[in-house]
Amino acid sequence: MERRISRIPRLFTTGLFLLLSPSIFAQSSGGSNTLLYALIVVGAILLLGVILQVADNLLRIEAKRHNMDTDRIGLFPSLGRIFSKPLPEHLRDKDVYDLKKGFDIKLEGAARPEIVPAQVTRFALQPPNWIGMAPIPKVVVEPGDTVRAGDPIFYDKTRSEIQYVAPVSGEVIEVNRGAKRSIAEVVILADRQMQYKEFEAPELGTASRAQIVQFLLTSGGWTMLRQRPYDIVPPVDSHPVNVFISTFDTAPLAPDLNLVVEGRDEAFQKGLDVLTRLTTGKVHLGLDARDGKQPSDIFANARNVEKHWFRGPHPCGNVGIQIHHVAPVSAGKPVWVLGVQEVITLGALWTERRFNAERIVALTGAPLDNPVYVRTHIGANLGDLLKDQGDLKGNRVVSGNVLAGEKKPHDGFLNYYDQHVSVIKEGDKYELFGWLFPVEPRPSVSRTFPSFLMPDLTFEGNTNTHGERRAFVITGQYESMLPMDIYPQHLMKAIMTRNFERMEGLGIYELSEEDVALCEFACTSKVPVQAILRDGLEVMREQG
Amino acid sequence: MSLLDFVKRLEPDKEKYPKLHVVFDGFFTFLYAPNSVTKGGVHIRDGMDLKRTMVMVVIALQLCYLFGSWNIGHQHFAALGVHTGYLEALHLKIAYGLMKILPIFIWTHIVGLGIEFYFAARKGHSIEEGFLVTGALIPLIMPPDIPIWILCLAVAFAVIVGKEAFGGTGMNIWNIALLARVFVFFAYPTTISGDEVWVAGLESTAAGAMAEYSWWETGFFNTIFEWFGWSTFDPTLTVVDGYTGATPLALAFQGGWDAVTQVYSEGQMWWGAIPGSIGETSKPLILIGALFLIGIGIASWRIMAGMLLGAVAMAMLMNAWGATPFMEVPWYYQLYMGSFFFAMAFMATDPVTAASTNRGKWIYGFLIGFIGMIIRVMNPAYPEGWMLAILLLNTFAPLIDHYVLQGNMKRRLQRA
Repeated sequence: MERRISRIPRLFTTGLFLLLSPSIFAQSSGGSNTLLYALIVVGAILLLGVILQVADNLLRIEAKRHNMDTDRIGLFPSLGRIFSKPLPEHLRDKDVYDLKKGFDIKLEGAARPEIVPAQVTRFALQPPNWIGMAPIPKVVVEPGDTVRAGDPIFYDKTRSEIQYVAPVSGEVIEVNRGAKRSIAEVVILADRQMQYKEFEAPELGTASRAQIVQFLLTSGGWTMLRQRPYDIVPPVDSHPVNVFISTFDTAPLAPDLNLVVEGRDEAFQKGLDVLTRLTTGKVHLGLDARDGKQPSDIFANARNVEKHWFRGPHPCGNVGIQIHHVAPVSAGKPVWVLGVQEVITLGALWTERRFNAERIVALTGAPLDNPVYVRTHIGANLGDLLKDQGDLKGNRVVSGNVLAGEKKPHDGFLNYYDQHVSVIKEGDKYELFGWLFPVEPRPSVSRTFPSFLMPDLTFEGNTNTHGERRAFVITGQYESMLPMDIYPQHLMKAIMTRNFERMEGLGIYELSEEDVALCEFACTSKVPVQAILRDGLEVMREQG
Repeated sequence: MSLLDFVKRLEPDKEKYPKLHVVFDGFFTFLYAPNSVTKGGVHIRDGMDLKRTMVMVVIALQLCYLFGSWNIGHQHFAALGVHTGYLEALHLKIAYGLMKILPIFIWTHIVGLGIEFYFAARKGHSIEEGFLVTGALIPLIMPPDIPIWILCLAVAFAVIVGKEAFGGTGMNIWNIALLARVFVFFAYPTTISGDEVWVAGLESTAAGAMAEYSWWETGFFNTIFEWFGWSTFDPTLTVVDGYTGATPLALAFQGGWDAVTQVYSEGQMWWGAIPGSIGETSKPLILIGALFLIGIGIASWRIMAGMLLGAVAMAMLMNAWGATPFMEVPWYYQLYMGSFFFAMAFMATDPVTAASTNRGKWIYGFLIGFIGMIIRVMNPAYPEGWMLAILLLNTFAPLIDHYVLQGNMKRRLQRA
């Protein structure tokens, strides 16, 4: 850094001579004097400015070395400070990451901030929800068995220590199979009155790490964790260098996590405390610093954690983006990530001594009659959740958000880690000259659509691809959608050509599908970016 | 019956006639945005696609087309010494220009699209939109009097060797439009360099040479214009004394800026009423197109800015050196001459052949400007450099990207 700065004045004087030389030559052949003088004056002013600027920079470097606030030192205010809006009061003196890249897709149908109880009768655990799980896990229950919430349902034969437990109590009614006899879902018909398995959690202060891990493995708490890279349930011997939790979601129509955490402060804090015991590093909390937003006090006042504030468009709420800016992942340094509700479930194992799989789920989308938050449990049936929302024929039901979520049958089940249901109109219609004169407004990052002049416009949106798959032509588009020091397009090419060295070097470990989902949305050539990334991650995981 | 049903009825069977179906599909997707929906991955897609991207560039070129049509006619009459006012005999100039530009445009598309369709059908791909822009660019960078057969040969060469051999749209290494031009440049140098080629429709540029008109001018248009009582094409006109037909660059090469200003005024050069390739002469109209492309975010402003910086830096160095009269042309006047702005706005910014990293784009643009100016001033045979500089840097763009990516990888390694 310092070396680069000391090179600037030398470069500049050379440049200045170059600038002045033509006029000096002109002078020798009888050119105009005024021009020469004007240029000399301009040059002198520039030179003076550069000397001041360099001195100022040196001052800042020195200040930084002494851990002083570099913003308040120096002759000139930095350009960024002049043009950016001053931060609100609660962010002063905070660790704020101001991310510029990305895009907010504004859709109609945001959930009304009110939680209503949901009448859901069926819940399911779906083995395909877990990346890397063997396709046929060992199911320890049979249809007809009754289970309590927290009783084991199945385990992965390659990692038999990790128990996947029932989110609700009731009767196991179906074990549905998918392709090649793989197990697609284990369905439980829920009791009206929930029965919980009683757990005896080890005392956090005195128990060893091994004891806590053992307890989590048997109680289902372990499945709340996900390890980056790869987004898998961590192996039993995993020692994460850090744990990251994002407390806000910036995806289209995403649920407001402030609402979700309301009244659960005790369990949330306990969950954080448990995680602190499990990591060799720290537990990091990503907090919402966007304009007009303020994180719940439960997040802002959480203890024993490092807090980082992020502002910017989507995907700045993605935990992967936050990790990249705080302490990037690499192959030998796995981190764990959790959602807010997973932390609460984890903490409830201590505070309530039971596996409390309650989830606040946002039902969103323009086709819904009454988009709202509902209180239900992990793996709730989507048909039950959406039964009062009108006729959804011709619409797509997605578990998760419209960028990174998964398409589900209308009678499918919510995925294990999802707290968001999106419903969006299917766009299987032809459009006359649709590529040139689009009639129906559509969200776009491109400024070729007049809607870029109306930043607050919301769209109904549909699932039409708006064009066909093409080879990569446009460059720089992915980069502008991903606030990371990563070249996504080149990474995708490296994955497609199986160039392992490049895949690793260009940062495949730092990415998860949800982080590149916006690149896929924006892609002019309609490339399936998330699928390519997952392909690359799977290859890397198999290679070890 | 709706138009959609009617068109759908024409659809050839995909199994029976796969090649015909590819062609149908190409036209059909042009008419109708397809009804395909997202599968796996994101559920909602941006409204932007490659067709829209490409057509925006074509729109940005329209002013150049308009001006080019007029300027072909204007230069023709200027050589003959009649209708020398800019707005004088507008109908003659436009009619004459169109008679030159339309065959070039049509033949470029017949040959280029024909090859594109053939290869798409052979490979069973859908037809990609790359030629939309290439086909719009090629006529603008050709001299107005280019023989059609040479044009067709050049387009065929560029599309087959430059694009299809590498795998089609998005895979090419060199800019297709420039490849067509460089083919003419090396294979038929007399049709694209020298003083004779930049003004259309003259036997030669020597004084007393006759204007050449076809039946279209003397028969078709003259009948119409006579009917309206307007001025008509006069086949007895001859080239006036003292006319050279030389472009500003050729003059600057011989005698520096003084030699240029004896023939052309600064305003003339800036606004573009000078001989040259069809679309490259009018600087303000090109800049409008460039700003439009930057404004809607389609062309890379980094490449344009880099190229401007590079050209200015080199021109200043040349000014400082001053070994020949051409080197002494002040750096800002270098931009008045030749096709710098056209190359900057529409040629260097081709995303497929340019560097693909943001940092790489700066380097790529800068080097084009820097090297292009060297070629322009120091190349004894041909006083213009952007075509060769862009093709050279096209070749090196992957290398530039390679080093930018290596930098990124090294940073990651150091951090780990």
